[in-house]
Amino acid sequence: MRKNGPLALIFHALVILFVLAPLAIVVLVAFTPDETLTLPTHGFSLRWFRAILDYPDFISAFFNSLRLAFASATLSLIVALPAALAIGRARFPGRGFLNGLLLSPLVIPGLVLGIALLRFFALVGATGSFAWLVLAHMIIITPFVMRLVLASVSGLDRSVEHAAASLGADAWTTFRRITFPMILPGITGGWLLAFINSFDELTMSIFVTSPQTVTLPVRMYMYATESIDPMMASVSALVIFITAGAMLLLDRVYGLNRVLIGQH
Amino acid sequence: MASAPPLSSDNADNADSARNANESGNGSNGDSGQRAGSTRRAPWHAFVPLWLMCAPAFLLFAALVLIPLAMTLVLTFYRFDPASGPIAAFQFGNYAEVLTSSYFHTIFLRTFGIAFVTTLLCVVIGTPEAYVLSRMRDPWRSLFLLVILAPLLVSVVVRAFGWSMLLNPDGLVNQAFALVDLGPYKLEYTTFAIVIALVHVMLPFMVIPVWTALQKLDPQTENAALSLMASPATTLRRIVLPQLTPGILSGSLMVFGLSASAFAIPGLLGGRRLKVAATAVYDEFLSSLNWPLGATIAVLLLIANLIVMLTYYRLLERRYARSMG
Repeated sequence: MRKNGPLALIFHALVILFVLAPLAIVVLVAFTPDETLTLPTHGFSLRWFRAILDYPDFISAFFNSLRLAFASATLSLIVALPAALAIGRARFPGRGFLNGLLLSPLVIPGLVLGIALLRFFALVGATGSFAWLVLAHMIIITPFVMRLVLASVSGLDRSVEHAAASLGADAWTTFRRITFPMILPGITGGWLLAFINSFDELTMSIFVTSPQTVTLPVRMYMYATESIDPMMASVSALVIFITAGAMLLLDRVYGLNRVLIGQH
Repeated sequence: MASAPPLSSDNADNADSARNANESGNGSNGDSGQRAGSTRRAPWHAFVPLWLMCAPAFLLFAALVLIPLAMTLVLTFYRFDPASGPIAAFQFGNYAEVLTSSYFHTIFLRTFGIAFVTTLLCVVIGTPEAYVLSRMRDPWRSLFLLVILAPLLVSVVVRAFGWSMLLNPDGLVNQAFALVDLGPYKLEYTTFAIVIALVHVMLPFMVIPVWTALQKLDPQTENAALSLMASPATTLRRIVLPQLTPGILSGSLMVFGLSASAFAIPGLLGGRRLKVAATAVYDEFLSSLNWPLGATIAVLLLIANLIVMLTYYRLLERRYARSMG
């Protein structure tokens, strides 16, 4: 393999700077002791993190997002796992259509899904309820669960299952003791990726949340369009830390590169 | 088992045969012979358990994707009355309004202009970066790949906020300009700011497919060209780049589609004045409450997006076919 020349490495350094700069600056400013968003900052303080505690809108939005991400990722897994097992392992009429339908939210813009669900919820009288918001988020995140579970199902070595069956294990035992442990990384990886995506989702949520069910990204968007002070930075820094934590976990259980690049 | 006729890349056929073997109770022997026939002749009730496994997901998606999308399409034909809201009708007034008003022409031109420049910049930055990454050695390679891709998972609001701090009149970018006695420039609330932040958000979508294409590339072809006295530049242009074209193509389609319908970045970095199609839809839905018009803009955005992407695909596919043949 040939090495990169100095020009290539300078280019690379600039790209990395470009990618990290906006995130680094948010984290830096979050620790400012100053009253306004000025740079460079003068010293180090946690006052703007404490300020979040006195601003109940962010606190309730944060817990809304957390509950929403937890509920929708879990329910999405329950719904998607059997479908992924069927689609990944058997050939049946309607398989291609189902596969396309369950992955379609990846190509339908969140904006279009958002207005479509807003219209639908208005007609069935479901606007503002948390349960319907969970269902809406399940739509957005199910493709991620599907993709990871499908990838691990299709990479499965069937001969182990056949060995279990030939040794007298019934179908359920084979699934519980053989298949499930083998696809477990795909399942936990899918759940975590779904969790992160639900926690971060903005475009669709902005249409279907109500003042009672506002999520953290929606609250942050509204806050940022109205006022800009260092609290926005400290909330953003917290989001970065939480996302980084979830990513580390994801890396441990499934491998982050595998999740992001996918298996082809 | 693998030698049986319908060769497929996944395990679907194996699954069928295993199930049939279990049902008929004759173990795993001799199923490969009857299998090709059994997948073709399977009675409909053999599929019921599979359909049942897919039923919950299907019902969810039918109720919350297919029906709402159909409703939105119907909504575009409704009439809007400022006093009483949408009125059921079948007329093309909303389409006529969007397609004939210069206000919406500007918005759509801006939207697709931004998406086009963003895509171009992502190709120009993402392709060489993926190539540089692929030539690194391993602790660095995985580390930097992670640095490039991980922002994908950080909320887009956070990233937009980061850019607004970099680009505002007292931001770091203007401070850097001041060091060399330039500026300050108005960077925030410009199309420039929207494009820069969109490139930041979209770059991973460009790097991923190019990276995947690079993994499939046989390094021996590169070495062969070099040993035949081709210069590194020629090797890159004649050997490496053509093999990356499918990756670049699918990456730019993805970037273009996502940029054209992006909402948060133009909303936060474009300000109220610089509207794009997505923020116009938002305003119609949540400020003017003219849902039929908002739905029409969204449907037209979707259609325009589809047309541009298909044309682009055809065009590049033809050029690609010619350069290879």
